[in-house]
Amino acid sequence: MPLRVGEKNFENRIHTGLEDAFMRGAVRSAQERLRTRKQESSEELGDWEAWRDLGEEIRTHTLNHLDYYLEQLSDKVAELGGHVFFAQTAEEANDYVRKVAEEKEAQKIVKSKSMVTEEIGLNDVLEDDGREVVETDLGEYILQIDDHDPPSHIVAPALHKNREQIRDVFRDKKGYENSESTEELTRFAREQLRQEFLEADLGITGCNFAVAESGSISLVTNEGNARLVTALPKTQVTVMSMERIVPTWEELDVLVSLLCRSAVGQKLTSYITGLTGPKGEEDVDGPEEFHLVIVDNGRSEILGTQFQSALHCIRCAACVNVCPVYRHVGGHAYGSIYNGPIGAVLTPLLDGYEDNKDLPYASSLCAACTEACPVKIPLHEHLIAHRQIITEKENLGPLPEKWAMKMFGSGTSSPRLYRLASKQAHRAMRPWTKGSNIPNGPGPLKAWTNIRDLPAPASQRFRDWFANRDREDKS
Amino acid sequence: MPRGNIQHRENFLNHIAEQSGRPRSQHVERPAWKQQPQWQVFKHESSDKWVERFKKQCEHIHTDVIETETAGVGETVAETIGRYQAASLMMWEDPRLEEAGLNKHFREQMANLGVETHIWDKSKGRENINIAEQTHVGITYSDITLAESGTVVLFSSADKGRAVSLLPETYIAIIPQSSIVPRMSQATQQIHQRVQNGETIPSCINFISGPSNSADIEMSLVVGVHGPVKATYILINDQ
Repeated sequence: MPLRVGEKNFENRIHTGLEDAFMRGAVRSAQERLRTRKQESSEELGDWEAWRDLGEEIRTHTLNHLDYYLEQLSDKVAELGGHVFFAQTAEEANDYVRKVAEEKEAQKIVKSKSMVTEEIGLNDVLEDDGREVVETDLGEYILQIDDHDPPSHIVAPALHKNREQIRDVFRDKKGYENSESTEELTRFAREQLRQEFLEADLGITGCNFAVAESGSISLVTNEGNARLVTALPKTQVTVMSMERIVPTWEELDVLVSLLCRSAVGQKLTSYITGLTGPKGEEDVDGPEEFHLVIVDNGRSEILGTQFQSALHCIRCAACVNVCPVYRHVGGHAYGSIYNGPIGAVLTPLLDGYEDNKDLPYASSLCAACTEACPVKIPLHEHLIAHRQIITEKENLGPLPEKWAMKMFGSGTSSPRLYRLASKQAHRAMRPWTKGSNIPNGPGPLKAWTNIRDLPAPASQRFRDWFANRDREDKS
Repeated sequence: MPRGNIQHRENFLNHIAEQSGRPRSQHVERPAWKQQPQWQVFKHESSDKWVERFKKQCEHIHTDVIETETAGVGETVAETIGRYQAASLMMWEDPRLEEAGLNKHFREQMANLGVETHIWDKSKGRENINIAEQTHVGITYSDITLAESGTVVLFSSADKGRAVSLLPETYIAIIPQSSIVPRMSQATQQIHQRVQNGETIPSCINFISGPSNSADIEMSLVVGVHGPVKATYILINDQ
């Protein structure tokens, strides 16, 4: 599954989202829960702003010296006997993992949740070679067996599905016979997947943060699947996007603390796992062979630009959970595996403006995202910067906006035209006016009045009213 | 273990430096961060207060805490096993467990109750994993314990397998009160020190806070997914 997913047309995606009543209810309640939990757990720290400042400072420093820290990381991994592959592109990364799987003759591969492997489309490549790839995060597992339904939230990928739908998927695909209780569904997934873990030849993980000083990678989870993926198979491949790194374990502490609180409102998730190299020589469990794949795939193009801080993202989805636009349209409307405000910022950077020009407009610029971000990425400012580039440099601005601006431009450039237009507005709109509102506007107004009323132009213009008032005062 | 391969590094890192508009970074000093709020958490509190906080936090993470005096550890664990109606247990090969009371006498007691006891045995290799998978209860010692999050920190080794705290349905951690520190910062600082001293750190360090769980279905919390379904902490009053 590559970066861009689902229906191509932005407006169609939006309509599908708006019409899905269950999904909208689920999104609303998820946002509320996650937001409340985050607020409670950050307030309890007392000095959340100081934590955010520290998070921002660490991310800024690390990204400014990324080559240094990646060099240190790779040296340490190699010292421990692990292999490191630097992949400029998705293809290079996929080819490398494909070769490792081939060498190990891996029939069955278990995976824990990883956004970057979704982004590069790794599963498809391995499956094309006839290997079985099993997603083991509960949410990802549900989506995978439901014919690769795309994820709709960075942290809770199956958010758009209800328990009845999940029961049906389990029944149709896996012969499940029990009820839609979440306990029974989860128990079933546990039993199904336990066997897969024990049989797997290869484990693939993402990486929340690598630690440069010791060549470690860390995984932040609640379910325990990432522990199984890294404890049982004899070979482990970890795919990390190049910016997910901290200098030392001391910074790991800070970012993990920010991540757990911001993502799910927990002080720490059930498992924070720090893995350093392959297993020790005498160790019994853990992988005999360890491969670290460090992926660029367009990220380096963001370095040194005004968007560099978008690479500070720690994938907590706090911005998603406060976004009023996401709340209404849901994750699939973004058409990208990275959704919500950070998705609207990141997707055009990684995939270009051409296909993603609508995304920076999927925002009310209310700045709730910027305020929620634990590492202080100025998300709404990035969205404005994107819009500027889209309209000024790329000439890709949305058509109604271009049209409106053109009309406004020519209308206001001549005082005579402006006078005429503003005088005629009230009369011209009369057929569509009900009371003081226009509930069903014609032509270009339709997009607006489909979802809300447009106030009708006043019968008296401000200019006329002002002139009259002046006259009356004097009399 | 022989040194591993590094492929395609130079071009990759040169490109990063180029994009950043500077030559390759040769040496970088980690700065003294302007704000360091992590060291303020519970700083002026007594260790008794940390113990209180730890117990309180465990209520939120679905984990039972059973307190015991130093002399009663074996007895307390035996009772817990009985309550779970477990038929088998597996524990680390760890002298601290033996000293704490999970000793020969304890194993005999288990045998009398019909509970099979397995000790992680590196000479048996991967057979240990199969045993752990079939066992009901896994027992480990806590290397460091975090008050804020109700966390036990486990350093794996040849005698301290990863699977013991992972595969059995129930997990029991033996925790001396003296191992409790305020939060994750103190644990990562220790690990950082070891790295600085040139030591090789364990291949797997786990920060475990209660049983496994998931909220992936309708955001409703289910305790017990891929890891243990239940967790109990045995807290030893050793100070």
